[in-house]
Amino acid sequence: MNKARQNPLNAAAMHGALILYTLIALFPVFVILINSFKTRKKIFREPLAMPDSESFSMVGYETVMKQGDFFLYFQNSMIVTVATLFFVLLFGAMAAYALSEYRFKGNMIMGLYLALGIMIPIRIGTVAILELMVSTGLVNTLWALILVYTAQGLPLAVFILSEFMKQVSDDLKDAGRIDGLSEYTIFFKLVLPLVRPSMATVAVFNMIPIWNDLWFPLILAPAEETKTLTLGSQVFIGQFVTDWNAVLSALSMAILPVLILYVIFSRQLIRGITSGAVK
Amino acid sequence: MSDQSTSTNRSPIRWHILVFLAPAVLVYTAIMIFPLFNTLRLALYSEVEQTRIFVGLENFRTLFFDPIWSKQFWNALGNNFWFFIVHMLVQNPIGVALAAILSHPRLRFAALYRSAIFIPTILSFVIVGFAWKLILSPIWGIAPGMLDAVGLKSLFAPWLGKEEYALTTLALISVWQFVGIPMMLIYAALLTIPEEILEAGEIDGITGSAAFWKIKLPLILPSIGIISILTFVGNFNAFDLIYAAQGALAGPDFSTDILGTFMYRTFFGFQLQLGDPHMGSAIAGAMFGIILIGVCLYLFGIQTRMRRYQL
Repeated sequence: MNKARQNPLNAAAMHGALILYTLIALFPVFVILINSFKTRKKIFREPLAMPDSESFSMVGYETVMKQGDFFLYFQNSMIVTVATLFFVLLFGAMAAYALSEYRFKGNMIMGLYLALGIMIPIRIGTVAILELMVSTGLVNTLWALILVYTAQGLPLAVFILSEFMKQVSDDLKDAGRIDGLSEYTIFFKLVLPLVRPSMATVAVFNMIPIWNDLWFPLILAPAEETKTLTLGSQVFIGQFVTDWNAVLSALSMAILPVLILYVIFSRQLIRGITSGAVK
Repeated sequence: MSDQSTSTNRSPIRWHILVFLAPAVLVYTAIMIFPLFNTLRLALYSEVEQTRIFVGLENFRTLFFDPIWSKQFWNALGNNFWFFIVHMLVQNPIGVALAAILSHPRLRFAALYRSAIFIPTILSFVIVGFAWKLILSPIWGIAPGMLDAVGLKSLFAPWLGKEEYALTTLALISVWQFVGIPMMLIYAALLTIPEEILEAGEIDGITGSAAFWKIKLPLILPSIGIISILTFVGNFNAFDLIYAAQGALAGPDFSTDILGTFMYRTFFGFQLQLGDPHMGSAIAGAMFGIILIGVCLYLFGIQTRMRRYQL
């Protein structure tokens, strides 16, 4: 093909730029991780050196294990994220199916009403959300977070899923109807399995902001037994701010689960974004 | 029930539609829409001697014009605009540039670069805030040490601790974290440009960077518009990074205070000041107004006028 598009000098420049930016993106994470395994002295004397047999130390992790209840925080984050994803996917798919499959009065308006929440951040309503949670006694429970994140995730989920549900063939559904299947059976047995890939995309999109959120855990569930990993590490680091080993270890422990999830789901996530799901 | 005969022949009310819609609509209405309006309503009330009384727009007058409140409010708003401008000037151009390089055909390791550059975006603000705080800290000395290595040690300053640099530094940290999002979205848009158009350009002698400026950029303008409005909404709703790195007081001396932290302090109170849900609601109302103006400007002013090319 054209010469101008495969100039070796150009290729080198492109790789150079990308490598430079990749280094900028990864450097802070790398520095935190390697230093979390070093002794305090070495952290300060040779911050960029890899840990070796002489400088290796797990003292930071020991402090974190002793002082903070990271397993509980991790468990809370897990429960909140998984439960929210379950409700967002179930309710979102049901609503998306109703909007894309049936013609009824107010279909259009209902779709617009649900789409409103894509642009308006739920945080604006925080004052009233807190009042609501206090009056229903849900404050300092994981349910408060699950409900808020479900409400936050639904608009985009309905929007994306109804796009995909429109592509499911009508013949299939009509065949089901002729066989006497109920609308519920058609939805759960025929349609849901077909849109599974788009549900995975919605799940991955929702997972990261929920796992990382600091605002709602701080306001709705700051109690020790309901702290999420994000809030727990924020509070822990705030208390141990002068204990560098502990701070670096806590940061690493907060980074690792997300990094592992990312390695597992990155293909799904990137395919989701690049397939135009959010356009 | 009354128009039973006129609707469909199947059944008077198609209950399954209601069943399918109900859970989503109920949760969404109860937890999102209702509190949103309730917050806007609360902004019109005040508490005097433990009873809630209606005061109309008094809270907003206090917020905009009362010397004590307005100084904080305009400071937070101004900082928020600067925060947004830095994102627009740094994050989005870098994102577009990275996407342009990544979308180059026959580039090796593209998937690897893409995944690596996206990693900061998946980390929480708490991690990002503290990690950068440690790296930029004059005590640890990574940043001054690295500057020293290239002979620029004199340029080092405790950036997060100086009033004049702190906000810009935090904005750049946020840029570092979120550059992956414009990169991905623009990358996706660039992939949809058909090869024939580029080849047609080549025949006319438009290659390399000219092809980018004259063919690709006009075609991805709608995506750049979407990214701008996403950035706008995200920035005027930001809180976590500032809170994690500088605390609720958004120091030094409120120089990094943005609307999110201002609302948090007002609503919850800090140190000696008591929390005031009504003033907090008023700030939320102001944020809602700003976001609404931004979204409307985009929807009616930019999106409808933007030329869309049929590909």
